[in-house]
Amino acid sequence: MSSVTPTSRSWYKRNEIALTPWLFLLPAMLFFAVYVIIPIGQSFWISFHQWDGLGEKTYLGTANYERLLGIGDQNIDRKFETSFWNNLKWLALYLLAVPAGLFIALFLNQTVRGIRLYKSLFFFPFVISQVVVGLVFSWFYLPREGLLNAILGVFGAGPVNILGDPTLATYGIIAAGLWPQTAYCMILYLTGLNAVDPEQVEAARLDGAKGYKMLWYIILPQLKPATFIAFVVTIIGALRSFDLISVMTNGGPFGSTRVLSFYMFEESLSEFGFRMGYGSAIAVVLFFIMLGFIGYFLYAMWRDEKGAR
Amino acid sequence: MHSILKTSCAAVAALGMAASAAFADGHQLSGDLKITSDMSNPAPRAVMEGLVAGFQEMHPELNIELTVVDREAWKTQIRNALGANPPDVVNWYAANRMGPYVDAGLFEDISDMYANGDLPGLDAVQGALTLDGKQYGVPYTYYQWGVYYREDIFNELGLSEPVTFDEEIANCQVIVDSGRACYAIGTKFLWTAGGWFDYMNMRTNGFDFHMQLARGEVEWTDPRVRETFANWRKLIDMGGFIADHQSYSWQEALNFMIDGEATSYLMGNFAVAAMREAGLTDEQIDFYQFPLIGDYPQGEDAPTDTFHIPSGAENKDNARAFLQYVTSANVQTEINSGDALGQLPINAASGVDADEFLEQGFAMLSTKAQGGVAQFFDRDFPAEMASVGMEGLQEFMVFPDNLDDILARLEEARQRIYQ
Repeated sequence: MSSVTPTSRSWYKRNEIALTPWLFLLPAMLFFAVYVIIPIGQSFWISFHQWDGLGEKTYLGTANYERLLGIGDQNIDRKFETSFWNNLKWLALYLLAVPAGLFIALFLNQTVRGIRLYKSLFFFPFVISQVVVGLVFSWFYLPREGLLNAILGVFGAGPVNILGDPTLATYGIIAAGLWPQTAYCMILYLTGLNAVDPEQVEAARLDGAKGYKMLWYIILPQLKPATFIAFVVTIIGALRSFDLISVMTNGGPFGSTRVLSFYMFEESLSEFGFRMGYGSAIAVVLFFIMLGFIGYFLYAMWRDEKGAR
Repeated sequence: MHSILKTSCAAVAALGMAASAAFADGHQLSGDLKITSDMSNPAPRAVMEGLVAGFQEMHPELNIELTVVDREAWKTQIRNALGANPPDVVNWYAANRMGPYVDAGLFEDISDMYANGDLPGLDAVQGALTLDGKQYGVPYTYYQWGVYYREDIFNELGLSEPVTFDEEIANCQVIVDSGRACYAIGTKFLWTAGGWFDYMNMRTNGFDFHMQLARGEVEWTDPRVRETFANWRKLIDMGGFIADHQSYSWQEALNFMIDGEATSYLMGNFAVAAMREAGLTDEQIDFYQFPLIGDYPQGEDAPTDTFHIPSGAENKDNARAFLQYVTSANVQTEINSGDALGQLPINAASGVDADEFLEQGFAMLSTKAQGGVAQFFDRDFPAEMASVGMEGLQEFMVFPDNLDDILARLEEARQRIYQ
């Protein structure tokens, strides 16, 4: 082959087919490396040090992790423990947004005069900033002037201070987070419903399927891609919850509403936080938790694609 | 150039504004001066802009560039600002709060300015700018803390300003019986609880003990610390503090005092402006020093705000001249007056504005603070200890029964932080 090829053809021309995809990928790979891959590596590296973010780093080995997880003769870091459990609460309860979004989407999936207006009204909470959502809900929860207590008062229930009560505050914030997240899941399902095959619905109807059976056996299987995406965005949203906590309680009362991402910020970047190493260790733990979930989803996606082939 | 600058600045302090005009005529500064300030609230912002205008007038050749950053945002932004290409002058806070930047070598050591008389009239305040025997900046304003109370409600209930803690408790009982709370407080952002702890501890165990605790020399589980909390708890248990204070900022909690649902507020003098703005007249509000508990000379909180020169600054001579200008007696009188910052001047040769609260505060700090002057919980304690500590203090105020657990946690933090 090579003996036949005229030597006038350049090296690039000869390898064009193999090289071009890499050339197109190069900018993206470069940016992904600089802004994602390398910082992840740096976080790992910093997490083995004690560093105030200003001066010299001191190498500590795994001391940050030992302290965080309570390995050896130390107790587990209680703030970490609280944050971890709060993260789990977020994960479990945030997923309520998926069925709630499905319900609203099914409800709105009809042809009535002005339905577009209703749809956009339901979608509205997702459009406004999380900070605004947090502010509105913290006014709603205010112990004396808040609307919630006014409503409870009508039914004769005593005033509650949701955001001031360490046992309730996290649930109060999750409820605020569900409002925009439900809207997000709703829009995912609405687009999914557009793709439902009317012929299959027709056929099922001829076979006598309706109501719950129609939903479970005919509609939902066709919504599987939408459900998958809804789960992924909701789980990632739950794990990276930060802005609502920062706005509504600032991690309080006495740290009861912290989650891992907020704790990381507090330890390393906030007003009194100068523990870059410790913050990085928290980030690394959070990274592995997220990696676990994302890895599972990627695996599930790969399995489905293989099955479809 | 430098020695000329020194002499002329000594002249400024001695002769006041007339001399500064001569100074301006004689020795012009030129080049650049980049200032980054956190004085972002309306009144402080006007003061900062006034300072720049005044300095510009003295040195028309100088190219001054002022950047005003949001005060809260600056607390985290300062790290980046001091790193690469820093400005020539920045705002910050005194005492341990500047510790991390001093340790990292980011603030310029200006001990020589104090030593050679470039900064006359600052002898009394330089302690707050001193770490390890060196000075790293200049103060520009400070203010007293104390109990601001509703004079009209006190009169209505027949109460007078308490001097001892027993009198304070007796007063509080009358106030609680009248259906009000004694103290407004909003602990959502934690630091307000730090103010209460400062005073309870300084009065129960004295200023020196409080400072030992701040330096990490005393255990948090020490019986003396417990006594502080026991005294504090008396006020909590009798219903002295407003309910749900963990949900309010200090400004939101101020409404309780304005509506007359709470009668007093342990606060810094900056609260007066907010009270006046909300419609309370000077006949309705008054001030008293935090009452005595143990037999100790009183220590007081008087937080100081400061200017520093980043060690990476490019125009250090201009920056030093600016610090001299800001701290000179006349400028100090002017910027701390009631219609400007409304706080206390740090130069001994300055005059205190004729304002009921400033005069009381100044008299208190100069004659009745024999124990010593503290900065504030979050400035005297190292950053990490302050943040863990204030969270514990807030928890104590809501659930006093958790005290043992809180103290154990703080002690664990102390052992880790002060190694």
